[in-house]
Amino acid sequence: MTRRLFAGVRNLSVLVTLGLFIIMFGLGSVAFPGFFSFQNFLNLFIDNAYLLVLAVGMTFVIISGGIDLSVGSMLALAGMVSSSLLEKAHMSPLFVIPIVLIMGTSLGLFMGYLIQTFDLPPFIITLAGLYLARGLCYVVSLFTIAVQNPFFQAVAHAQVNIIGSNFLSVGALIAIAVVLIGFFISRYTKFGRTVYAIGGSEQSAVLMGLPVASTKIAVYALSGFCSALGGIVFTFYTLSGYGLNGSGMELDTIATVVIGGTLLTGGVGNLFGTVLGVLVYGIIQVLIVFQGTLNSWWTRIVIGFLVFLFCLLQQLFERGRGGRVAGRTAVKAVKAG
Amino acid sequence: MISWKSLSRSNILWSLVALAVLLVFNVFFTPHFFRLEVKDGHLFGNLIDILKNGAPIMLLAIGMTLVIATHGIDISVGSVVAVSAGAVAILIGGDLTGNPRYPIIVAMLAALAISSAAGMWNGMLVSRVRMQPIIATLILFVAGRGIAMLFTNSMQIWLYAKPFAILGQGYVLGLPFDIYIVGFVLLLTFIVTRRTAVGMFIEAVGSNPTAARFSGINSQNIIFWVYTFSGLCAGIAGLIVCSTVMNADGNNAGRLFELDAILAVVLGGTSLNGGKFYLLGSIIGALIIQTLTTTIYAFGVPSDVAPVVKAFVVWAVCLLQSPRFRSMIANVFVRRELST
Repeated sequence: MTRRLFAGVRNLSVLVTLGLFIIMFGLGSVAFPGFFSFQNFLNLFIDNAYLLVLAVGMTFVIISGGIDLSVGSMLALAGMVSSSLLEKAHMSPLFVIPIVLIMGTSLGLFMGYLIQTFDLPPFIITLAGLYLARGLCYVVSLFTIAVQNPFFQAVAHAQVNIIGSNFLSVGALIAIAVVLIGFFISRYTKFGRTVYAIGGSEQSAVLMGLPVASTKIAVYALSGFCSALGGIVFTFYTLSGYGLNGSGMELDTIATVVIGGTLLTGGVGNLFGTVLGVLVYGIIQVLIVFQGTLNSWWTRIVIGFLVFLFCLLQQLFERGRGGRVAGRTAVKAVKAG
Repeated sequence: MISWKSLSRSNILWSLVALAVLLVFNVFFTPHFFRLEVKDGHLFGNLIDILKNGAPIMLLAIGMTLVIATHGIDISVGSVVAVSAGAVAILIGGDLTGNPRYPIIVAMLAALAISSAAGMWNGMLVSRVRMQPIIATLILFVAGRGIAMLFTNSMQIWLYAKPFAILGQGYVLGLPFDIYIVGFVLLLTFIVTRRTAVGMFIEAVGSNPTAARFSGINSQNIIFWVYTFSGLCAGIAGLIVCSTVMNADGNNAGRLFELDAILAVVLGGTSLNGGKFYLLGSIIGALIIQTLTTTIYAFGVPSDVAPVVKAFVVWAVCLLQSPRFRSMIANVFVRRELST
């Protein structure tokens, strides 16, 4: 009985995000003609596909109790490398995409190795990763590289029809696939459950004999992979690579994950919430564009305010749950998996 | 005064070594790195540049040190720099004749008050609402730049009020004025934390909050004021940044400063887990960052590529400070001795 109640409370945060999204969508529909359409909803996925991909990786990292600040500049680096390989080295996308994905994964793997093996703070190690990737962007090129590769052009302009004439872009489909796969991994694999267990209590996870070290490293590798994939999706979206792309995106990503109900203390959160977090982030931007007179900087202020609101909410839940339950998170996570 | 034993045990030694290595490297590879010239009674040279350009980061690092000592973190400082710069710029106004809209001192005090209020907001969230520091300050990190842009109405404001330029461009007794500001803030912080019990309270809160509470320390107030102080430091840094270029750019002022400041503190030997803090170490950390940047530029590396080098230095210093890495290295040597 109590357990069900607690599970309900934990999902409440996600429900609040869902409610918020519906209210915002409703408000927009009432206030602006032409706002309410299925396509406008799908556009949220199209315009924020790269953010969604980053947020999936970030959700895993945060659930494990860590943080990855390198995602924004890794996205830029992936975009730079792929556009330069395509346009300057004239390589086939067939090779370029795997190369970029492997690069992202190995950078993440390296950072995870440093964090786990030498017990270093993730904040600082991934901060250095942020610097490294940002600097490497300019090693590749100081200027914007426009992508003219026919395959990338075709993918960028492709529209996949969903119900009637409403469509999604290929990037959005990739993002949705990543979310679904991520959801499966987090719920139904040993790796996914171990991530929750580590976030709940690393010590307990070690004592339970879970592969803590390899899982922690893998989480950062996964985030690196997602950042690289996000970079490719971003390249589909903008058809260019530029070193300044995605600056500050790491904290936007963290903000969307938090709005989606994932606790920064680790152990609690799910990808469904993260999707809602990204949608809320997207709809704020759309609302401000529709409104017209408001400065686009209001997006930042509203997002900041939302993060504040959600943290306050989570704080209240945490107090309601008390410390007793927090200790059980790890045990429950393993039982469930 | 400071015994060799305590110095070698502390991490300050390693940051000093890192700084020394960088400087020695420059002796050999960068011509005229140490040359100081006197022009119009002012000192010029790379070393002066390092001190001068490092001033904002040093100021941020002073505030950040105390925050990190309480096992917190303040990632909003870069945005607060932009807010402070925006506030002072709009109050002085971009009048081409150089007549300030409000007296310059009033504008500066107002900007400092606003930045302190930003710090208080952070402090309230962390101490009273009990939010995680990184999230509590993330709010202002995200919203701060928006607020700065609202102040300046999304425009860059150019300032022409001459007296304001003294802050970032003036010289006193041959040295840049902002060095004195850093010195003053450092001295004051040092006196307050090391000559009174405040420093001990901060360390107590950071190393064991429960024990601190039981020994009668009001940890909530300590945390609150530490964040307020960090906001104030960011405000002063914002004034200097604005005065140096006589321009307020809500978008770029103080960009990535929070990361540099945190880096400076960590390089200086203060652990992110709170507890003991080293003000002087953080200053050395800031100097390492600035020297590194200057060295990289001296080698003709484009400024945009410089972060690559920075990243490797950070990783190296982190590894050197990691007990596990040290024992691993030690083990390698022990095994060699055993096998011979």
